[in-house]
Amino acid sequence: GDNDGEREHQKLLEAISSLDGKNRRKLAERSEASLKVSEFNVSSEGSGEKLVLADLLEPVKTSSSLATVKKQLNRVKSKKTVELPLNKEEIERARTPLEQEIFNLLHKNKQPVADPLLTPVEKASLQAMSLEEAKMRRAELQRARALQSYYEAKARREKKIKSKKYHKVVKKGKAKKALKEFEQLRKVNPAAALEELEKIEKARMMERMSLKHQNSGKWAKSKAIMAKYDLEARQAMQEQLAKNKELTQKLQVASESEEEEGGTEEKVEELLVPDVVNEVQMNADGPNPWMLRSCTSDTKEAATQEDPEQLPEPEAHEVSESEGEDRPVAEEEILLREFEERRSLRKRSELSQDAEPAGSQETKDSSSQEVLSELRVLSQKLKENDQSRKQKASSEGTIPQVQREEPATEEEEPLLLQRPERVQTLEELEELGKEECFQNKELSRPVLEGQQSERTPNNRPDAPKKKKKEQMIDLQNLLTTQSPSVKSLAVPTIEELEDEEERNQRQMIKEAFAGDDVIRDFLKEKREAVEASKPKDVDLTLPGWGEWGGVGLKPSAKKRRRFLIKAPEGPPRKDKNLPNVIINEKRNIHTAAHQVRVLPYPFTHHWQFERTIQTPIGSTWNTQRAFQKLTTPKVVTKPGHIINPIKAEDVGYRSSSRSDLSVIQRNPKRITTRHKKQLKKSSVD
Amino acid sequence: MGEMETAPKPGRDVPPKKDKLQTKRKKPRRYWEEETVPTTDGASPGPPCNKKNRELRPQRPKNAHILKKSRISKQPQVPKKPQEWKNPESQRSLSGAGLGSSPLPRSKAKTRSRLEVAEAEEEETSIKAARSELLLAEEPGFLEGEDGEDTAKICQADIVEAVDIASAAKHFDLNLRQFGPYRLNYSRTGRHLAFGGRRGHVAALDWVTKKLMCEINVMEAVRDIRFLHSEALLAVAQNRWLHIYDNQGIELHCIRRCDRVTRLEFLPFHFLLATASETGFLTYLDVSVGKIVAALNVRAGRLDVMSQNPYNAVIHLGHSNGTVSLWSPAMKEPLAKILCHRGGVRAVAVDSTGTYMATSGLDHQLKIFDLRGTYQPLSTRTLPHGAGHLAFSQRGLLVAGMGDVVNIWAGQGKASPPSLEQPYLTHRLSGPVHGLQFCPFEDVLGVGHSGGVTSMLVPGAGEPNFDGLESNPYRSRKQRQEWEVKALLEKVPAELICLDPRALAEVDVISLEQGKKERIERLGYDPEAKAPFQPKPKQKGRSSTASLVKRKRKVMDEEHRDKVRQSLQQQQQQQQQKEAKAKSTGARPSALDRFVR
Repeated sequence: GDNDGEREHQKLLEAISSLDGKNRRKLAERSEASLKVSEFNVSSEGSGEKLVLADLLEPVKTSSSLATVKKQLNRVKSKKTVELPLNKEEIERARTPLEQEIFNLLHKNKQPVADPLLTPVEKASLQAMSLEEAKMRRAELQRARALQSYYEAKARREKKIKSKKYHKVVKKGKAKKALKEFEQLRKVNPAAALEELEKIEKARMMERMSLKHQNSGKWAKSKAIMAKYDLEARQAMQEQLAKNKELTQKLQVASESEEEEGGTEEKVEELLVPDVVNEVQMNADGPNPWMLRSCTSDTKEAATQEDPEQLPEPEAHEVSESEGEDRPVAEEEILLREFEERRSLRKRSELSQDAEPAGSQETKDSSSQEVLSELRVLSQKLKENDQSRKQKASSEGTIPQVQREEPATEEEEPLLLQRPERVQTLEELEELGKEECFQNKELSRPVLEGQQSERTPNNRPDAPKKKKKEQMIDLQNLLTTQSPSVKSLAVPTIEELEDEEERNQRQMIKEAFAGDDVIRDFLKEKREAVEASKPKDVDLTLPGWGEWGGVGLKPSAKKRRRFLIKAPEGPPRKDKNLPNVIINEKRNIHTAAHQVRVLPYPFTHHWQFERTIQTPIGSTWNTQRAFQKLTTPKVVTKPGHIINPIKAEDVGYRSSSRSDLSVIQRNPKRITTRHKKQLKKSSVD
Repeated sequence: MGEMETAPKPGRDVPPKKDKLQTKRKKPRRYWEEETVPTTDGASPGPPCNKKNRELRPQRPKNAHILKKSRISKQPQVPKKPQEWKNPESQRSLSGAGLGSSPLPRSKAKTRSRLEVAEAEEEETSIKAARSELLLAEEPGFLEGEDGEDTAKICQADIVEAVDIASAAKHFDLNLRQFGPYRLNYSRTGRHLAFGGRRGHVAALDWVTKKLMCEINVMEAVRDIRFLHSEALLAVAQNRWLHIYDNQGIELHCIRRCDRVTRLEFLPFHFLLATASETGFLTYLDVSVGKIVAALNVRAGRLDVMSQNPYNAVIHLGHSNGTVSLWSPAMKEPLAKILCHRGGVRAVAVDSTGTYMATSGLDHQLKIFDLRGTYQPLSTRTLPHGAGHLAFSQRGLLVAGMGDVVNIWAGQGKASPPSLEQPYLTHRLSGPVHGLQFCPFEDVLGVGHSGGVTSMLVPGAGEPNFDGLESNPYRSRKQRQEWEVKALLEKVPAELICLDPRALAEVDVISLEQGKKERIERLGYDPEAKAPFQPKPKQKGRSSTASLVKRKRKVMDEEHRDKVRQSLQQQQQQQQQKEAKAKSTGARPSALDRFVR
C-alpha cells in the first residue's frame, strides 16, 4: 500500500515535469505478464528507480541483531586517531630587510626556503583528491567557468555601449556606492575606514595627476564652443571646472608616497573604487617584487581586521580575476561567492595544519565565525607567499597564532644554520643545473632530518621515494658524493703504523675540512673560466645623448637594448656536461701555425683532405717496407741522364697530316674502346 | 704455487724474416730506361731502385736478438677518425656556404680518386703492420694461481725460486740505510738505473750486469733524479738548483734558473726536461740546446706531484686543492683542470697509451680516470692509508706505494684499465716507499725506499718486444751515438705539445674560413658558389620563354627533391639509431610494453 502510493506519486511528478515538453519521456510500463520470469531479465521498468545489484543480493529482511554491531563498527571506522604531535606548518620568519628580500625572491621562484620535507609538487600530489571529489570539483569549476564567461560577455556588452550617459550613470553609481560603503564602514570600524579614506585620497591624487578636468579635452573644447548658446553645455563646463578646482586644491596632509601608485598599472577608474581585492590580486602576480612588500603589508593589516562583511571578498575575486571592478548584486556573483566559500571550506579541511585548531573551536559558531577562520587561513597563506613582514600580533591574535609563535622561535636556529648551505645550493644551481641542486639538498638534509622526523612522523613514507629520485641524478654527478668503495682490501697488506688511531683522526678532520671547500672553489673557478671565455657584448650606448645628462643618471633600458650589439653565441663548451673538469678553450696559436690553412687543389672539403693525410707516413709508425712505399717519389731522376723536353707526341697529340688519327683524336672514347677490344683479342690469342 | 714465466730472455730469438709475400707490382717505367715491350716489363732485370734502397737501409745492429723494426704496439694508438663520409651535411656548416656543398658521391672524380688512394694506402700499411706482427716473437710473462689461488699471496721468494737464473738475478735489494729514502729512475732502454738518496747519495749503474758507472755524494739534499735522453746524462734536482752529471759523475751543468726543484720529468721526443719547483713554477728546459723553453707559473703553491702523459707529452700536476692540471709549454694556462679528490692529490700516473690516469689523494682514494675527453673516474677504491706513489708499467699494470707496502693491480689486457678489485701482487719493503718505477722492457719494478733500493719481479709488467732502432737495451756505444743524432733530427718542437697530438693532421678551419671570407670580400663575389642553372638555347621554337622557365623549374625541382630525399634519409637513419639504442638499453621487451605509447 505504502509502496504503491509512493510509486503513484513518482509517476505524477514525472508527468508534471514532462509537461514542459523538453524532456518528455515515454514511460514503458509492462502491461502484460512476460512469459519468462527469470533472473536474467529482471527489469525495473516503470518503477523509476535504478536497479542496484546490492539490493538483489541483500536478504529480504535485514537481521536486526547485527545492526548495532555494524553501527559500532562504522563508528570506530569513522573515528580517526588523533595524531600527536599535530602538524604544524613551518613558519619562516625574516627579520632583517635583507632576509626579507631574499625570502621574497625565493618565494617568487617557488624555492623551498626552510628545506621542507615535501616539495610543492609533492604536496600537490599528496593533496590529490579522490574521484568523487574530483568530479565535484570539476563540476564546480565548469559552472564557475560558465558563469565567468557569461559575466565576461555581459561586461563586454556593457563596455560596447556607446551611450555616454549610461557610462556616466554607472560611474556615478559606483562612486556613490563607494561613498555609502565608506560611511558605513566608518561607523562600524573606524580603523578600516581610515584605510579606505587613504585609498580615496590616493584616487584623488591620481585624478589630479591625470589632468583630466582641465577643460582641455575634446569634449570640453566642443562644449566651450557650444557654451555660448547652450545652457546645458555651460553648466557642464562649470561642473568640470568646479571639479578641477576641487581636485587641484592643495592639501596640507602629506599622505603616502605616490610612487606606489605609479608602479601599479591600474586604471584610475578602478582605483576609484575602494577595494581591497585589487591589491590582493596585484600581490599575487604583480610585476615588481620590490614594490610588492610595501603593498602587501597594507593589505595584510587590512585583512587581519575583523570585518565579516568586507573580508569574504578577496576569495570571491580570486576566481573572477578577469572581470571588471563593478560589483553588481547579481545572482551570478552570489553563486560565485557560494562556490568560493565551499572551496575554501574544503581547502581548510585539507590544510589541516593551521585551520584545524581554529576550526575545531569555531565550527559550532555562526557562519560569520567560520568566515573569520577562513580569513585567517587566507591571511596566513598570504604571509607565506610574500614572506615579508614580521608577524604583528594583531588585536585578534587568537590562540592558534599564539601557539604558533613558540615553534617559530624554535625553528629559527636551524634556519640560520641552513643559510650557508642554501647559498651553496644557489651557486650550484647556477653551475650544475637543477639536478645538482637536488643533490645538494640531500647533503643538507641530514642536518634537519632529526628535527623533522620528530615533528612529522606521518610524512616519513615519502622520504624513500625522494631518495630514489635523487640517486638517479647522482649518476651524473661524481665528486660531490663519493662513490662508497670497499674499505678494506682483501689482501693481508694493511701495515700497522705506530699510532694509527691518531693519524686516522687527523686525516678525518682534514678531510672534513677539505671537502666542500674544494668543490666550491672549483665551481667558482669554473664559472669564472666560463664567463671569461664567453664572447662579450658590445655596448654602444652613449649616456646623455637624446636625454638628460648628469651624475647618477642611467640611460634607459630601451636605449641600452637598442645600442647593445649582442655577441654571437659561441659553440658549446667541451666541458659543459663535465662538472669536474675545466677544459681550456683557447686556441693554441703555436700549433695553428703548423696546421694547413689552405685547401689543396682537388679537395672541396677540409675533411677530404684530412682523410688523405690521416695515415702517418713516417718510419716511426710504419714498417720499413710500408714506409718506403709511402715515400717513393713520383718522379725519379737519375743523375747524368739527359732529359729530353716534352713533345706533342708524348702527350698524345699528333700532327694533323694523318687525318685518320685526328679523327680518332677527336673522339677519344672510341679509340679507347677499340683499343681495349684489340687488347682483349691479343690476350685471347 | 703458481706457474710463471718471465719475459724477455735474451738468446732465444727468431731471425728476422723478410716478407717475400709481396705481390709483383707493375713497375713504373723510368725515363732513363729504354722503352720496353709491355710483355717483358715484368721480366726486366732487377730494378735499380731496389738495390739503392737496400743500400740506404740503416745498418742493422750486430746483436743477434734484435728484432726487425716493429711498431705494431703503436698502431692502435693512432685513432682512426670516425668515418666522416656518412654525414657531409654536418661538415657543410663548418666549411661555409660558399664551398662546393656536394656530398662525396658527387664530388669530383679527382678528389674521389685521391681519397680512394689514401684509403688503399692505409689499408695496405695496416696489413703490412699486422703481417710484421709475426716478428714479435717474445710473449709477455704472466703469473697464474693454481685453481683460485690468490696471486697476491705469492711472495717474491717464491717467484725467484721458480724462474730461471737470469731472471732471478733481476731481483735484488740494495741496503743503503745511511742516505735516506731513495728516488730512482730507469733509462729509456731499461738497461741503466740511477738513484739518489735524500742525503746526497747519487749513483748510476748498469743494473743488469750490476756494473757501477758512478757513485758520488753531492753533499746536498737530492729531491729527484732522472736520466736525460740517454744514459750518459743525468739530471739531479738538488736542494737549491738543478744539476746535470754525466755517467762518470762529473758535474756538467748547474742550472740556476731551475731552483728548488722537487720533481723532474723528461720528455724524450721533445728533448725537454720539465721541472716542478717549490716556488710553484713549471719550467721546460730544452736539453738539446740548453734553453728554457717556457717557465709557467702554475699559481697553485708548492708543486710536488708530477707525471707525464707518454702519449701526448702533456705534464700532469697534482695540487693540494684536489685538482690535477694538464700543462703544455705552448700555453700559459692549463690545458685542462680536473677535480679528482676532495683532499689534496698525493700522486698521479698516466699509462703508456695515454688513456688512463691514476690518482691518489689525501682522502685515501685511488681513482682511475679516463683521459679520452671525458675525464670521468672509471673506478674508485678506498685504500686503508692512501697511496703516496703511483706508477704504470708498459703493459698497463698499476703499482701503488702505501707506507712500506707496494700493491700491484693488473687489468684484463693491454689496453684495459687495471681492475682495482684484487691486487695482482703485493710486497713489503724494509722502509716507507719513496720512489717507484717499472723498468721498461723488463718484468721488473724498481722501488726506492728509506732502506735502499729494491728491484722486484713483476711478471707481465714490461713490453717483451722492444724496438731495436728506438730503444735498444743491447745497443753499443756507436749505435747509441747514431740513435742520438737521429733522435735529434726528429726532435718535435716544444710548441706542438697539445692534448690531441692528431690535431696537426687537421686543417686549421678557423683560418680557412677567415681566408675564404676575405677572398670573397676582395673579389666581390663567391668564386666557389654554384652557378645558377642556365638553360641552353635551343632551336625550332623550343627556346620560348615558357619552355625555358619550364626547364629551369625542372632542374630546381630536381634539386629540391634531392634535398628532401637526403633529409628523409637522415631522418630514417636517426630513427634507426634511436631504435637501436632503445633496443640495446631495454633488456627484453615485456608483453606489457605494447601498451606503452
